[in-house]
Amino acid sequence: MNTASATVPSRLADIVGPSNVVADPAQLAAFAIDDKKPSVSVSPQLIAEIVEIVKFARKEKLAIIATGARTKLGIGLPPRQYDIALNMTRLDRLVSYDPGDLTLSAEAGIPLHKLSAILGEHHQFLPLAAPYFDRTTIGGTIASGVDGPLRQLYGTARDYLLGMEFVTGEGVVAKSGGRVVKNVTGYDIHKVMIGALGTLGVITRINFKTFPRLLSSRAFVSTFQTLERACGMRNRVSQSHLAPVTMEIFSPGVANLFSTETASRIAPNSIPENILGGSRWIFTSGFAGNPNALARYENDLRKMAEECGAVDAAVLEGPQLASAFALKREFIPLALSFSSAATILKISVLPRQIAEALTAATREAESRHLPWVVMARGVGMIYFTILAGESSEATKQQVVQASDNILLACAALGGNATIPWCPTAWKNTLRVWGPPRADFAQMLKLKKAFDPDAILSPGRFVGGI
Amino acid sequence: MDSHAINDLKKLLGADAVLHRPEELLLYEYDGSVEVARPNCVVFPRHTKEVVGIVQIANRYQIPMIGRGAGTGLSGGALARQGGVLVVFSRMNRILEIDVENQCAVVQPGVVNADLSVAVAQTGLHFAPDPSSQKASTIGGNVSENSGGPHTLAYGVTTNHVHSLEAVLPTGELVRLGSPALDSPGYDLPGLFVGSEGTLALVTEITVKLTRLPETVKTLLAIFDTVDDATETVVDITARGITPAACEMLDGWTIRAVEAYVHAGFPVDCAAVLLLEVDGLREAAEQHAEEVADVCRLHHAREVRVARDARERDLLWKGRKNAFGAVGRLSPTYYVQDGVIPRTKLPQTLRRINEIGEKYGFEIGNIFHAGDGNLHPIILFDAREEKQFQRAVASADEIIGFCIEMGGSITGEHGVGMEKDRLMPLLFTEDDMNLMRRVRDAYNPVGLLNPGKIFPDTKGCGEIHVRPLPVAGASRA
Repeated sequence: MNTASATVPSRLADIVGPSNVVADPAQLAAFAIDDKKPSVSVSPQLIAEIVEIVKFARKEKLAIIATGARTKLGIGLPPRQYDIALNMTRLDRLVSYDPGDLTLSAEAGIPLHKLSAILGEHHQFLPLAAPYFDRTTIGGTIASGVDGPLRQLYGTARDYLLGMEFVTGEGVVAKSGGRVVKNVTGYDIHKVMIGALGTLGVITRINFKTFPRLLSSRAFVSTFQTLERACGMRNRVSQSHLAPVTMEIFSPGVANLFSTETASRIAPNSIPENILGGSRWIFTSGFAGNPNALARYENDLRKMAEECGAVDAAVLEGPQLASAFALKREFIPLALSFSSAATILKISVLPRQIAEALTAATREAESRHLPWVVMARGVGMIYFTILAGESSEATKQQVVQASDNILLACAALGGNATIPWCPTAWKNTLRVWGPPRADFAQMLKLKKAFDPDAILSPGRFVGGI
Repeated sequence: MDSHAINDLKKLLGADAVLHRPEELLLYEYDGSVEVARPNCVVFPRHTKEVVGIVQIANRYQIPMIGRGAGTGLSGGALARQGGVLVVFSRMNRILEIDVENQCAVVQPGVVNADLSVAVAQTGLHFAPDPSSQKASTIGGNVSENSGGPHTLAYGVTTNHVHSLEAVLPTGELVRLGSPALDSPGYDLPGLFVGSEGTLALVTEITVKLTRLPETVKTLLAIFDTVDDATETVVDITARGITPAACEMLDGWTIRAVEAYVHAGFPVDCAAVLLLEVDGLREAAEQHAEEVADVCRLHHAREVRVARDARERDLLWKGRKNAFGAVGRLSPTYYVQDGVIPRTKLPQTLRRINEIGEKYGFEIGNIFHAGDGNLHPIILFDAREEKQFQRAVASADEIIGFCIEMGGSITGEHGVGMEKDRLMPLLFTEDDMNLMRRVRDAYNPVGLLNPGKIFPDTKGCGEIHVRPLPVAGASRA
């Protein structure tokens, strides 16, 4: 930071009022990213204030990182520079909601659970079942690009985001898309903001398509002796006419993750022992509909499971179903809190390659005696978690070797693999964003168009953008 | 155009892949819109390498280049607004790979939309985006325009079905954007390039998602004696959270035009029909069909017919998808609009369109994607009369103005192209558009690719609607 640093808090106070600026180092610890603390945090309530803050930062060459509930700031590389934490939580208004049109517009700082409650009053919901559900803001959920179990049926945010407003790195308010459910006017800029970690702009408003609440739902759970059989079940279901709401495969050992104190707070209703307790692979699929459809799902899934060699099967409903869903949704926080050096690889492959990718990954982990656990979504997203117990140099070397090899194996399959979560100290050695990307040059062009001086979230994204 | 450039193109592609005589170019000065613009030359590449070569030649001689599929677009997206080389992808029409197990396919841009669905039908899959032009329009064109169609209500538009792209940037760089596996790390470049109306790149290969065909399809025709009853039904269906696979509305005027041509079995004495489709598991679809029928009756549907078999179903859809052809028999020219409104505003919007028609003295038919609020008012006029044309545009602008007032948009699926660039400021601020222009310039730095589209920043804009007009008019929607 330059010589203006002493006056930065007071300059920011001029914009948002002194009560919305924090410069006390002790309090700023809460805004640290990868052990790096900002020198000030500022909480605007108006978009015009954000514009002023960004323009000020640009002039003073200060780096800004927008924060919400601060649950996923660990994703990505450590920031190259971090001066101002832009706390978005006061920008938390519901701008508009038209239940009859199933559309809404909300400010980025609104908590996801709060928005869900409002939608619930109208028997609607957003399919953003994101981790840290009880705390996360919609801005943080979108900027971090996390997914959730409902993507099986509903896709990801890119499929139901209608438009967005944001402030660019030059302090310009811009928007794209709109509020109606179908729209091709102008470029779909809002799509590139998803998962961009705030490197293109500060998201201020998001417009969504909402969905009618599902009719009564249930989950089918079955266990298998081998990964291949569990994947066989996945393939079988996806070849049928069934259209499940969720579909996941969990590895043996996930019970450990799901039986901690944190887990029991998230999911107070226990899952049957025969399902979760064993040393088997678990296939689970949620479905919904009228009583006839529910019966059909249950019947067909039981038959398929039997044909695919399931050992056990059960149908969950009511509170048990809610608990099982919460555990799936909160897999990442549960894994991260389970061991101090937990490292999560996010792997995406074509759905038929799940078994192959996982076989390679487990081989790499086991040959180095690294404990691991897996959640794989039926669409081909795998969260391969190495439950490293300590961040010692020796463990780090093991994790680095294992993950490098896993990344290579996934690349050979034509898939993608990154390491969104790992101990800070390992980030300069692990390939956090995976192998170099052929389209990186095209990403740089975009970054330059939005944030030519690279003051927004610098260094955290792919290739150090 | 520089004759050296034409010679270079002939050398690259062969003489049979380059058209440049005036009489050869006539066909390519139109697309499905009411716009006209003649290219200097038309080329037909056979593979990606040739596309790169064309782009290099265009750069060498600094001539504009414009991608084109079947030319069915409705906003002038595939017209050479400032002249130049029209790159027609009709010879790059191979399906390169079908991966049934992973439900995806790799296609060249010239593959006709419906051909892909036909090619995979045996496997129980299809390509879900279904623009009414699907028997002619190409997937490359669909990607450029982010095309919709009747079934996008439940299945989403083109962008929801594209995994990754291979493309040639206007600078000649060959790039691969995204990946067939989901969540490609980094910015969602396919999300940006799909729907960029051919202004960012010439797409040479597309990896698309294939969707399983539903187990059961129920097609219903609800017949109404007032337009208000029909629109109120759509409002109610939406508010109840019933999402049909399709929910199309045809007003009485359109029905009479269609019946005279297609004989789809629409009653000619009614004020409006809703063509509704529900699909999914047998158990769910049957109940949904009953629910939909109940809502229709609640809003005074005179009759709700259910197609008894595939033949009846196809006939109803034939009526819908050939409607624009039917209208073409009634008027020398017509102008189709593409505004979008929140579904809750359908009744007052339809009433307003009617008033606007009366005010300007035009017949305005309505046939549109009611379920997602995407209007297609059809304004009939005689293009041989200059004044009529100007009045037609003025009435269309008034309709679009009302859509915006309702919180809507100027185009739901046809694109901005060279038709609506002047309307962009009604939705976007100068700052919004400047950022979009900057994005365009990042990939299309000299502006050689499809110049004069989307943004109102080109010479001569504002006059584009006063020009020699087609004698027989446009098209499908």
